[in-house]
Amino acid sequence: MLEILAQAVINGLLIGGIYALVSIGVTLIFGVVKIVNFAQGEFVMIGMYISFFLATQFGIDPIVSLAVSMPVLFVIGVLIQHFLIRRVLGLNDLPQIFLTFALSLLIVNLSLMLFTANYRTVHTWYSDEAFRVGGLYIPVAKLVAFVLAMILSGALWIFLHTTDLGKAMRAASQNRDVAQLMGINPNRVFAVALGIALALAGAAGSLLMPFYPAYPLVGQVFVLMAFVAVVLGTLGNVIGALIASLLMGVAESLGIQFIGADSGLIVVFMLLLITLALRPSGLAGGRRR
Amino acid sequence: MIELSDVSASYGNVPAINGVTINVGEGEAVGLLGANGAGKSTTLRAISGLVKLTSGAITFLGVDLASLPPHKITELGIAHVPEGRQVFPEMTVNENLEIGSYAPRAKADRASSLDLVYSIFPRLAERRKQLAGTMSGGEQQMLAVGRGLMLKPRLLMLDEPSLGLAPVMCDVTFEKVAEIHKMGTAILLVEQNVSRALTLVQRAYVLESGKVILDGTTAQLAGNKQVQAAYLGI
Repeated sequence: MLEILAQAVINGLLIGGIYALVSIGVTLIFGVVKIVNFAQGEFVMIGMYISFFLATQFGIDPIVSLAVSMPVLFVIGVLIQHFLIRRVLGLNDLPQIFLTFALSLLIVNLSLMLFTANYRTVHTWYSDEAFRVGGLYIPVAKLVAFVLAMILSGALWIFLHTTDLGKAMRAASQNRDVAQLMGINPNRVFAVALGIALALAGAAGSLLMPFYPAYPLVGQVFVLMAFVAVVLGTLGNVIGALIASLLMGVAESLGIQFIGADSGLIVVFMLLLITLALRPSGLAGGRRR
Repeated sequence: MIELSDVSASYGNVPAINGVTINVGEGEAVGLLGANGAGKSTTLRAISGLVKLTSGAITFLGVDLASLPPHKITELGIAHVPEGRQVFPEMTVNENLEIGSYAPRAKADRASSLDLVYSIFPRLAERRKQLAGTMSGGEQQMLAVGRGLMLKPRLLMLDEPSLGLAPVMCDVTFEKVAEIHKMGTAILLVEQNVSRALTLVQRAYVLESGKVILDGTTAQLAGNKQVQAAYLGI
Protein backbone atom coordinates (compact mmCIF):
# COMPACT_ATOMS: atom_id res chain seq x y z
CA MET A 1 0.00 0.00 0.00
CA LEU A 2 2.68 2.47 1.05
CA GLU A 3 4.63 1.53 -2.03
CA ILE A 4 1.67 2.19 -4.33
CA LEU A 5 1.20 5.55 -2.65
CA ALA A 6 4.89 6.44 -3.06
CA GLN A 7 4.80 5.35 -6.68
CA ALA A 8 1.73 7.51 -7.36
CA VAL A 9 3.42 10.51 -5.73
CA ILE A 10 6.55 10.00 -7.83
CA ASN A 11 4.54 9.69 -11.06
CA GLY A 12 2.68 12.87 -10.15
CA LEU A 13 5.81 14.87 -9.32
CA LEU A 14 7.51 13.81 -12.56
CA ILE A 15 4.64 14.98 -14.79
CA GLY A 16 4.13 17.98 -12.49
CA GLY A 17 7.49 19.29 -13.68
CA ILE A 18 6.09 19.56 -17.20
CA TYR A 19 2.92 21.23 -15.93
CA ALA A 20 5.20 23.68 -14.15
CA LEU A 21 6.93 24.78 -17.36
CA VAL A 22 3.55 25.51 -18.93
CA SER A 23 2.01 27.23 -15.92
CA ILE A 24 5.08 29.36 -15.18
CA GLY A 25 4.77 30.72 -18.71
CA VAL A 26 1.08 31.51 -18.24
CA THR A 27 1.66 33.18 -14.89
CA LEU A 28 4.65 35.17 -16.18
CA ILE A 29 2.62 36.57 -19.07
CA PHE A 30 -0.29 37.30 -16.76
CA GLY A 31 1.91 38.95 -14.16
CA VAL A 32 3.89 41.15 -16.52
CA VAL A 33 1.62 41.80 -19.51
CA LYS A 34 -1.70 41.33 -17.66
CA ILE A 35 -3.24 39.10 -20.30
CA VAL A 36 -4.35 35.48 -20.15
CA ASN A 37 -2.71 33.48 -22.89
CA PHE A 38 -5.21 30.82 -23.91
CA ALA A 39 -2.82 29.65 -26.63
CA GLN A 40 -0.06 28.58 -24.24
CA GLY A 41 -0.80 24.87 -24.76
CA GLU A 42 -0.45 25.27 -28.51
CA PHE A 43 3.14 26.35 -28.06
CA VAL A 44 3.81 23.14 -26.17
CA MET A 45 2.42 21.37 -29.24
CA ILE A 46 4.67 23.38 -31.57
CA GLY A 47 7.65 22.45 -29.39
CA MET A 48 6.66 18.79 -29.68
CA TYR A 49 6.42 18.93 -33.47
CA ILE A 50 9.76 20.73 -33.72
CA SER A 51 11.37 17.91 -31.74
CA PHE A 52 9.43 15.29 -33.67
CA PHE A 53 10.66 16.57 -37.04
CA LEU A 54 14.22 17.07 -35.87
CA ALA A 55 14.20 13.50 -34.54
CA THR A 56 12.66 11.87 -37.60
CA GLN A 57 14.45 13.97 -40.24
CA PHE A 58 17.86 14.41 -38.66
CA GLY A 59 17.95 11.85 -35.89
CA ILE A 60 18.36 14.53 -33.23
CA ASP A 61 17.42 13.46 -29.71
CA PRO A 62 14.34 15.38 -28.43
CA ILE A 63 16.24 16.53 -25.35
CA VAL A 64 19.02 17.95 -27.54
CA SER A 65 16.41 19.65 -29.73
CA LEU A 66 15.56 21.90 -26.75
CA ALA A 67 18.39 23.99 -28.15
CA VAL A 68 16.21 24.61 -31.22
CA SER A 69 12.66 24.63 -29.85
CA MET A 70 13.39 27.14 -27.08
CA PRO A 71 15.00 29.86 -29.24
CA VAL A 72 12.46 29.37 -32.04
CA LEU A 73 9.57 29.78 -29.61
CA PHE A 74 11.27 32.73 -27.92
CA VAL A 75 11.32 34.53 -31.26
CA ILE A 76 7.69 33.55 -31.98
CA GLY A 77 6.77 34.99 -28.56
CA VAL A 78 8.50 38.29 -29.25
CA LEU A 79 6.83 38.54 -32.67
CA ILE A 80 3.37 37.73 -31.29
CA GLN A 81 3.79 40.39 -28.63
CA HIS A 82 5.09 42.96 -31.07
CA PHE A 83 2.64 42.46 -33.91
CA LEU A 84 -0.50 41.23 -32.14
CA ILE A 85 -0.77 41.63 -28.39
CA ARG A 86 0.76 45.11 -28.29
CA ARG A 87 -2.11 46.38 -30.41
CA VAL A 88 -4.85 45.26 -28.04
CA LEU A 89 -3.23 46.30 -24.74
CA GLY A 90 -4.83 49.15 -22.86
CA LEU A 91 -8.24 48.40 -24.33
CA ASN A 92 -10.68 46.41 -22.26
CA ASP A 93 -9.98 42.72 -21.64
CA LEU A 94 -12.29 41.35 -24.31
CA PRO A 95 -10.10 41.92 -27.41
CA GLN A 96 -7.15 40.36 -25.52
CA ILE A 97 -9.17 37.26 -24.63
CA PHE A 98 -10.39 36.90 -28.20
CA LEU A 99 -6.91 37.45 -29.58
CA THR A 100 -5.19 34.64 -27.68
CA PHE A 101 -8.23 32.39 -28.07
CA ALA A 102 -8.26 32.97 -31.83
CA LEU A 103 -4.53 32.34 -31.92
CA SER A 104 -5.10 29.01 -30.21
CA LEU A 105 -7.80 27.97 -32.71
CA LEU A 106 -5.70 29.11 -35.63
CA ILE A 107 -2.63 27.16 -34.54
CA VAL A 108 -4.64 24.00 -33.80
CA ASN A 109 -6.35 24.08 -37.18
CA LEU A 110 -3.18 24.91 -39.06
CA SER A 111 -1.54 21.92 -37.39
CA LEU A 112 -4.44 19.66 -38.29
CA MET A 113 -3.98 20.73 -41.89
CA LEU A 114 -0.18 20.46 -41.92
CA PHE A 115 0.46 17.50 -39.62
CA THR A 116 -2.93 15.66 -39.71
CA ALA A 117 -4.57 14.39 -36.54
CA ASN A 118 -2.30 11.33 -36.34
CA TYR A 119 -0.40 10.65 -33.14
CA ARG A 120 3.34 11.09 -33.68
CA THR A 121 5.83 9.49 -31.36
CA VAL A 122 9.60 9.51 -31.06
CA HIS A 123 11.19 6.40 -29.68
CA THR A 124 14.55 7.08 -28.03
CA TRP A 125 16.89 4.56 -26.46
CA TYR A 126 15.75 5.70 -23.04
CA SER A 127 12.01 5.85 -23.79
CA ASP A 128 11.39 2.45 -22.19
CA GLU A 129 14.23 2.52 -19.65
CA ALA A 130 13.57 2.88 -15.95
CA PHE A 131 15.42 2.91 -12.66
CA ARG A 132 14.25 0.61 -9.94
CA VAL A 133 14.74 2.06 -6.48
CA GLY A 134 13.48 -0.32 -3.82
CA GLY A 135 10.14 -1.39 -5.21
CA LEU A 136 9.69 1.92 -7.04
CA TYR A 137 9.81 2.45 -10.76
CA ILE A 138 11.27 5.68 -12.15
CA PRO A 139 11.09 6.07 -15.95
CA VAL A 140 14.27 7.66 -17.31
CA ALA A 141 12.55 9.91 -19.89
CA LYS A 142 10.22 11.39 -17.27
CA LEU A 143 13.04 11.83 -14.78
CA VAL A 144 15.15 13.68 -17.37
CA ALA A 145 12.14 15.86 -18.23
CA PHE A 146 11.52 16.62 -14.57
CA VAL A 147 15.13 17.49 -13.79
CA LEU A 148 15.47 19.75 -16.82
CA ALA A 149 12.11 21.39 -16.03
CA MET A 150 13.36 22.18 -12.53
CA ILE A 151 16.66 23.51 -13.90
CA LEU A 152 14.85 25.79 -16.36
CA SER A 153 12.48 27.01 -13.62
CA GLY A 154 15.46 27.71 -11.38
CA ALA A 155 17.23 29.54 -14.19
CA LEU A 156 14.17 31.74 -14.67
CA TRP A 157 14.06 32.51 -10.95
CA ILE A 158 17.73 33.49 -11.01
CA PHE A 159 17.13 35.64 -14.09
CA LEU A 160 14.19 37.41 -12.42
CA HIS A 161 16.13 38.07 -9.22
CA THR A 162 19.66 38.89 -10.35
CA THR A 163 19.53 40.65 -13.71
CA ASP A 164 18.34 44.20 -14.36
CA LEU A 165 15.97 43.01 -17.06
CA GLY A 166 14.54 40.37 -14.72
CA LYS A 167 14.06 42.90 -11.95
CA ALA A 168 12.46 45.27 -14.46
CA MET A 169 9.98 42.50 -15.32
CA ARG A 170 9.11 42.01 -11.65
CA ALA A 171 8.80 45.77 -11.19
CA ALA A 172 6.48 46.01 -14.20
CA SER A 173 4.31 43.20 -12.83
CA GLN A 174 4.01 44.94 -9.46
CA ASN A 175 3.27 48.45 -10.73
CA ARG A 176 3.31 49.17 -14.44
CA ASP A 177 3.02 52.97 -14.29
CA VAL A 178 5.77 53.38 -11.74
CA ALA A 179 7.96 50.92 -13.65
CA GLN A 180 7.80 53.31 -16.59
CA LEU A 181 8.88 56.13 -14.28
CA MET A 182 12.01 54.05 -13.58
CA GLY A 183 12.88 54.23 -17.27
CA ILE A 184 11.57 50.75 -18.07
CA ASN A 185 10.21 50.41 -21.59
CA PRO A 186 7.06 48.33 -21.14
CA ASN A 187 7.02 47.02 -24.72
CA ARG A 188 10.50 45.61 -24.32
CA VAL A 189 9.69 43.93 -21.01
CA PHE A 190 6.44 42.50 -22.41
CA ALA A 191 8.22 41.08 -25.45
CA VAL A 192 10.81 39.37 -23.26
CA ALA A 193 8.06 37.97 -21.02
CA LEU A 194 6.24 36.50 -24.03
CA GLY A 195 9.50 35.16 -25.40
CA ILE A 196 10.47 33.44 -22.16
CA ALA A 197 6.97 32.06 -21.59
CA LEU A 198 6.81 30.54 -25.05
CA ALA A 199 10.36 29.21 -24.80
CA LEU A 200 9.33 27.38 -21.60
CA ALA A 201 6.26 25.95 -23.37
CA GLY A 202 8.51 24.83 -26.21
CA ALA A 203 10.88 23.21 -23.72
CA ALA A 204 7.92 21.36 -22.20
CA GLY A 205 7.07 20.08 -25.68
CA SER A 206 10.57 18.82 -26.40
CA LEU A 207 10.85 17.19 -22.98
CA LEU A 208 7.50 15.41 -23.48
CA MET A 209 8.42 13.98 -26.87
CA PRO A 210 10.34 10.87 -25.68
CA PHE A 211 7.31 9.61 -23.73
CA TYR A 212 4.22 11.43 -24.99
CA PRO A 213 2.62 11.49 -28.44
CA ALA A 214 2.34 14.74 -30.42
CA TYR A 215 -1.01 15.61 -32.01
CA PRO A 216 -2.65 18.95 -32.83
CA LEU A 217 -4.88 19.04 -29.73
CA VAL A 218 -2.22 17.87 -27.25
CA GLY A 219 -1.76 21.39 -25.86
CA GLN A 220 -5.22 21.38 -24.28
CA VAL A 221 -4.22 18.60 -21.88
CA PHE A 222 -1.46 20.77 -20.52
CA VAL A 223 -3.03 24.19 -20.66
CA LEU A 224 -5.94 23.00 -18.51
CA MET A 225 -3.57 21.85 -15.77
CA ALA A 226 -1.54 25.01 -16.19
CA PHE A 227 -4.54 27.27 -15.63
CA VAL A 228 -5.52 25.39 -12.49
CA ALA A 229 -1.95 25.64 -11.20
CA VAL A 230 -1.72 29.34 -12.05
CA VAL A 231 -4.90 30.13 -10.12
CA LEU A 232 -3.93 27.91 -7.18
CA GLY A 233 -0.46 29.36 -7.08
CA THR A 234 -1.79 32.96 -7.15
CA LEU A 235 -1.94 34.68 -10.51
CA GLY A 236 1.40 36.18 -11.44
CA ASN A 237 3.42 34.25 -8.84
CA VAL A 238 6.14 32.12 -10.48
CA ILE A 239 7.10 30.10 -7.40
CA GLY A 240 3.42 29.62 -6.58
CA ALA A 241 2.77 28.25 -10.07
CA LEU A 242 5.72 25.87 -9.75
CA ILE A 243 4.61 24.44 -6.40
CA ALA A 244 0.95 24.27 -7.44
CA SER A 245 1.93 22.42 -10.64
CA LEU A 246 3.77 19.76 -8.69
CA LEU A 247 0.77 19.48 -6.34
CA MET A 248 -1.56 19.18 -9.34
CA GLY A 249 0.57 16.43 -10.79
CA VAL A 250 0.47 14.51 -7.51
CA ALA A 251 -3.27 15.11 -7.03
CA GLU A 252 -4.00 13.87 -10.53
CA SER A 253 -1.78 10.84 -10.07
CA LEU A 254 -3.38 9.94 -6.72
CA GLY A 255 -6.81 10.28 -8.33
CA ILE A 256 -5.83 7.94 -11.13
CA GLN A 257 -4.34 5.45 -8.68
CA PHE A 258 -7.03 5.38 -6.03
CA ILE A 259 -10.26 6.51 -7.72
CA GLY A 260 -9.91 5.39 -11.30
CA ALA A 261 -7.97 5.95 -14.48
CA ASP A 262 -10.41 8.60 -15.69
CA SER A 263 -10.67 10.37 -12.37
CA GLY A 264 -7.38 12.22 -12.14
CA LEU A 265 -8.91 15.53 -13.14
CA ILE A 266 -11.78 15.15 -10.66
CA VAL A 267 -9.29 15.40 -7.81
CA VAL A 268 -7.52 18.32 -9.47
CA PHE A 269 -10.69 20.35 -9.89
CA MET A 270 -11.98 19.47 -6.43
CA LEU A 271 -8.73 20.84 -5.09
CA LEU A 272 -9.17 23.98 -7.18
CA LEU A 273 -12.73 24.58 -5.97
CA ILE A 274 -11.86 23.98 -2.32
CA THR A 275 -8.86 26.29 -2.52
CA LEU A 276 -10.84 29.03 -4.25
CA ALA A 277 -13.60 28.77 -1.67
CA LEU A 278 -11.19 29.00 1.26
CA ARG A 279 -8.42 31.17 -0.20
CA PRO A 280 -9.79 33.00 -3.24
CA SER A 281 -6.51 34.71 -4.06
CA GLY A 282 -4.60 31.42 -4.25
CA LEU A 283 -2.32 29.54 -1.90
CA ALA A 284 0.26 32.32 -1.89
CA GLY A 285 -2.40 34.82 -0.84
CA GLY A 286 -2.14 37.53 -3.45
CA ARG A 287 1.62 37.94 -3.36
CA ARG A 288 3.62 38.35 -6.50
CA ARG A 289 7.24 37.45 -6.91
CA MET B 1 14.93 74.18 -17.07
CA ILE B 2 11.37 72.88 -17.48
CA GLU B 3 8.59 74.92 -18.95
CA LEU B 4 4.93 74.07 -19.25
CA SER B 5 3.01 76.43 -21.48
CA ASP B 6 -0.75 76.36 -21.54
CA VAL B 7 -0.87 72.64 -20.79
CA SER B 8 -4.21 70.84 -20.69
CA ALA B 9 -4.80 67.19 -19.98
CA SER B 10 -7.83 65.08 -19.21
CA TYR B 11 -8.87 61.63 -18.04
CA GLY B 12 -11.35 60.47 -20.65
CA ASN B 13 -13.71 63.40 -21.07
CA VAL B 14 -13.03 64.87 -17.66
CA PRO B 15 -10.54 67.73 -17.90
CA ALA B 16 -8.02 67.57 -15.08
CA ILE B 17 -5.82 70.54 -15.88
CA ASN B 18 -6.72 73.39 -18.17
CA GLY B 19 -4.07 75.76 -19.50
CA VAL B 20 -1.38 75.37 -16.84
CA THR B 21 1.75 77.48 -17.39
CA ILE B 22 4.61 76.98 -14.95
CA ASN B 23 8.38 76.74 -14.99
CA VAL B 24 11.19 75.55 -12.77
CA GLY B 25 14.70 76.95 -13.12
CA GLU B 26 17.99 75.12 -12.71
CA GLY B 27 18.54 74.20 -9.06
CA GLU B 28 15.31 75.85 -7.96
CA ALA B 29 12.74 74.46 -5.51
CA VAL B 30 9.21 75.24 -6.62
CA GLY B 31 5.92 74.33 -5.01
CA LEU B 32 2.68 73.33 -6.64
CA LEU B 33 0.01 73.93 -4.05
CA GLY B 34 -3.71 73.63 -3.81
CA ALA B 35 -6.59 71.56 -2.55
CA ASN B 36 -7.34 67.96 -3.36
CA GLY B 37 -8.42 67.59 -6.99
CA ALA B 38 -6.92 70.90 -8.11
CA GLY B 39 -4.81 69.14 -10.75
CA LYS B 40 -1.43 69.03 -8.98
CA SER B 41 -0.78 65.33 -9.49
CA THR B 42 -2.04 65.49 -13.06
CA THR B 43 0.48 68.23 -13.78
CA LEU B 44 3.30 65.93 -12.62
CA ARG B 45 1.87 63.00 -14.57
CA ALA B 46 1.69 65.19 -17.67
CA ILE B 47 5.37 66.07 -17.26
CA SER B 48 6.46 62.45 -16.84
CA GLY B 49 4.33 61.29 -19.75
CA LEU B 50 1.85 59.14 -17.81
CA VAL B 51 -0.96 61.43 -18.99
CA LYS B 52 -1.08 62.62 -22.58
CA LEU B 53 -1.54 66.32 -23.21
CA THR B 54 -4.68 67.46 -24.98
CA SER B 55 -3.01 70.80 -25.76
CA GLY B 56 -0.04 72.91 -24.80
CA ALA B 57 3.67 72.14 -24.72
CA ILE B 58 6.25 70.93 -22.22
CA THR B 59 9.97 71.43 -22.83
CA PHE B 60 12.79 70.21 -20.62
CA LEU B 61 16.23 71.69 -21.35
CA GLY B 62 14.95 72.50 -24.82
CA VAL B 63 13.57 68.99 -25.51
CA ASP B 64 9.88 68.69 -26.34
CA LEU B 65 8.39 66.11 -23.97
CA ALA B 66 4.89 65.90 -25.43
CA SER B 67 5.72 63.17 -27.93
CA LEU B 68 7.99 61.08 -25.66
CA PRO B 69 6.90 57.94 -23.75
CA PRO B 70 7.49 57.95 -19.96
CA HIS B 71 10.67 55.85 -20.05
CA LYS B 72 12.34 58.31 -22.45
CA ILE B 73 11.36 61.24 -20.26
CA THR B 74 12.91 59.48 -17.26
CA GLU B 75 16.08 59.02 -19.26
CA LEU B 76 16.36 62.81 -19.60
CA GLY B 77 16.75 63.05 -15.82
CA ILE B 78 13.25 63.73 -14.51
CA ALA B 79 12.50 61.63 -11.43
CA HIS B 80 8.85 61.42 -10.40
CA VAL B 81 8.17 60.20 -6.87
CA PRO B 82 4.49 59.34 -7.16
CA GLU B 83 1.71 60.04 -4.70
CA GLY B 84 1.18 57.32 -2.12
CA ARG B 85 4.82 56.19 -2.41
CA GLN B 86 4.13 53.22 -4.71
CA VAL B 87 7.29 51.29 -3.95
CA PHE B 88 7.52 47.83 -5.51
CA PRO B 89 6.11 45.90 -2.55
CA GLU B 90 7.46 42.43 -3.36
CA MET B 91 10.98 43.64 -3.99
CA THR B 92 13.57 44.35 -1.33
CA VAL B 93 14.65 47.86 -0.39
CA ASN B 94 17.92 47.33 -2.23
CA GLU B 95 16.16 46.02 -5.35
CA ASN B 96 13.80 49.00 -5.35
CA LEU B 97 16.82 51.31 -5.29
CA GLU B 98 18.63 49.33 -7.98
CA ILE B 99 15.64 49.55 -10.28
CA GLY B 100 15.65 53.31 -9.63
CA SER B 101 18.90 53.39 -11.60
CA TYR B 102 17.63 51.16 -14.43
CA ALA B 103 17.81 54.03 -16.92
CA PRO B 104 21.09 54.09 -18.90
CA ARG B 105 21.93 57.59 -17.62
CA ALA B 106 22.14 56.28 -14.04
CA LYS B 107 23.20 52.66 -14.38
CA ALA B 108 26.95 53.19 -14.47
CA ASP B 109 26.86 55.15 -11.21
CA ARG B 110 24.64 52.68 -9.36
CA ALA B 111 27.17 51.85 -6.65
CA SER B 112 27.93 55.46 -5.77
CA SER B 113 24.24 56.41 -5.92
CA LEU B 114 23.42 53.57 -3.52
CA ASP B 115 26.08 54.84 -1.13
CA LEU B 116 24.64 58.34 -1.34
CA VAL B 117 21.04 57.22 -0.75
CA TYR B 118 22.05 54.99 2.16
CA SER B 119 24.03 57.85 3.70
CA ILE B 120 21.06 60.23 3.40
CA PHE B 121 18.64 57.56 4.68
CA PRO B 122 20.57 55.35 7.14
CA ARG B 123 17.24 53.74 8.01
CA LEU B 124 17.06 52.25 4.51
CA ALA B 125 20.56 50.83 4.85
CA GLU B 126 19.43 48.94 7.95
CA ARG B 127 16.48 47.51 6.02
CA ARG B 128 18.32 46.76 2.79
CA LYS B 129 17.06 43.15 2.56
CA GLN B 130 13.52 43.79 3.75
CA LEU B 131 10.58 43.59 1.34
CA ALA B 132 9.46 47.16 0.68
CA GLY B 133 5.78 46.32 1.20
CA THR B 134 6.42 45.29 4.80
CA MET B 135 7.84 48.65 5.90
CA SER B 136 6.02 51.54 7.58
CA GLY B 137 4.57 54.39 5.55
CA GLY B 138 7.39 56.72 6.52
CA GLU B 139 10.05 54.21 5.56
CA GLN B 140 8.32 53.57 2.24
CA GLN B 141 8.29 57.32 1.62
CA MET B 142 12.05 57.48 2.26
CA LEU B 143 12.46 54.58 -0.14
CA ALA B 144 10.36 56.26 -2.80
CA VAL B 145 12.45 59.44 -2.51
CA GLY B 146 15.68 57.42 -2.44
CA ARG B 147 14.56 55.48 -5.50
CA GLY B 148 14.00 58.79 -7.27
CA LEU B 149 17.51 59.93 -6.32
CA MET B 150 19.01 56.78 -7.85
CA LEU B 151 18.24 58.29 -11.26
CA LYS B 152 20.70 61.14 -10.48
CA PRO B 153 17.86 63.44 -11.47
CA ARG B 154 18.21 66.98 -12.74
CA LEU B 155 14.63 67.54 -11.64
CA LEU B 156 13.06 65.68 -8.72
CA MET B 157 9.26 65.81 -8.65
CA LEU B 158 7.66 64.86 -5.34
CA ASP B 159 3.92 64.22 -5.10
CA GLU B 160 2.57 64.75 -1.57
CA PRO B 161 5.57 63.31 0.29
CA SER B 162 3.94 64.11 3.64
CA LEU B 163 0.64 62.34 2.88
CA GLY B 164 -0.37 59.92 5.61
CA LEU B 165 2.84 60.36 7.60
CA ALA B 166 3.10 61.04 11.32
CA PRO B 167 4.32 64.61 12.02
CA VAL B 168 7.76 63.37 13.05
CA MET B 169 8.23 61.38 9.83
CA CYS B 170 6.93 64.36 7.95
CA ASP B 171 9.66 66.55 9.46
CA VAL B 172 12.32 63.98 8.59
CA THR B 173 11.09 63.74 4.99
CA PHE B 174 11.13 67.51 4.50
CA GLU B 175 14.59 67.73 6.09
CA LYS B 176 15.89 65.14 3.64
CA VAL B 177 14.29 66.86 0.67
CA ALA B 178 15.91 70.14 1.75
CA GLU B 179 19.24 68.29 1.97
CA ILE B 180 18.79 66.92 -1.57
CA HIS B 181 17.91 70.39 -2.85
CA LYS B 182 21.09 71.80 -1.29
CA MET B 183 23.10 69.31 -3.36
CA GLY B 184 21.88 71.14 -6.46
CA THR B 185 18.87 69.11 -7.61
CA ALA B 186 15.90 71.14 -8.84
CA ILE B 187 12.69 70.27 -7.03
CA LEU B 188 9.05 70.46 -7.99
CA LEU B 189 7.02 69.77 -4.88
CA VAL B 190 3.31 69.01 -4.84
CA GLU B 191 1.79 69.51 -1.39
CA GLN B 192 -1.54 69.98 0.31
CA ASN B 193 0.29 70.94 3.46
CA VAL B 194 0.90 74.50 2.30
CA SER B 195 2.53 75.94 5.41
CA ARG B 196 5.10 73.18 5.45
CA ALA B 197 5.73 73.37 1.71
CA LEU B 198 6.44 77.10 1.99
CA THR B 199 9.33 76.37 4.36
CA LEU B 200 11.07 74.38 1.62
CA VAL B 201 10.42 76.10 -1.70
CA GLN B 202 11.47 79.50 -3.01
CA ARG B 203 8.48 80.02 -5.28
CA ALA B 204 5.11 78.38 -5.65
CA TYR B 205 2.06 78.17 -7.86
CA VAL B 206 -1.41 77.74 -6.44
CA LEU B 207 -3.76 75.57 -8.48
CA GLU B 208 -7.52 75.54 -8.32
CA SER B 209 -9.85 73.55 -10.58
CA GLY B 210 -7.05 72.76 -13.00
CA LYS B 211 -5.80 76.34 -13.37
CA VAL B 212 -3.01 78.39 -11.84
CA ILE B 213 -4.77 81.09 -9.81
CA LEU B 214 -1.78 82.56 -8.02
CA ASP B 215 1.98 82.46 -8.13
CA GLY B 216 4.81 84.19 -6.37
CA THR B 217 7.71 83.88 -4.00
CA THR B 218 7.27 82.16 -0.69
CA ALA B 219 7.12 85.50 1.11
CA GLN B 220 4.53 86.92 -1.29
CA LEU B 221 2.30 83.87 -0.96
CA ALA B 222 2.66 83.65 2.81
CA GLY B 223 1.55 87.29 3.00
CA ASN B 224 -1.34 86.85 0.58
CA LYS B 225 -4.71 87.15 2.30
CA GLN B 226 -6.34 84.63 -0.03
CA VAL B 227 -3.64 82.02 0.63
CA GLN B 228 -3.75 82.71 4.34
CA ALA B 229 -7.50 82.24 4.45
CA ALA B 230 -7.75 79.24 2.15
CA TYR B 231 -4.65 77.22 3.00
CA LEU B 232 -2.86 78.53 6.08
CA GLY B 233 -5.86 78.84 8.34
CA ILE B 234 -4.87 82.34 9.49
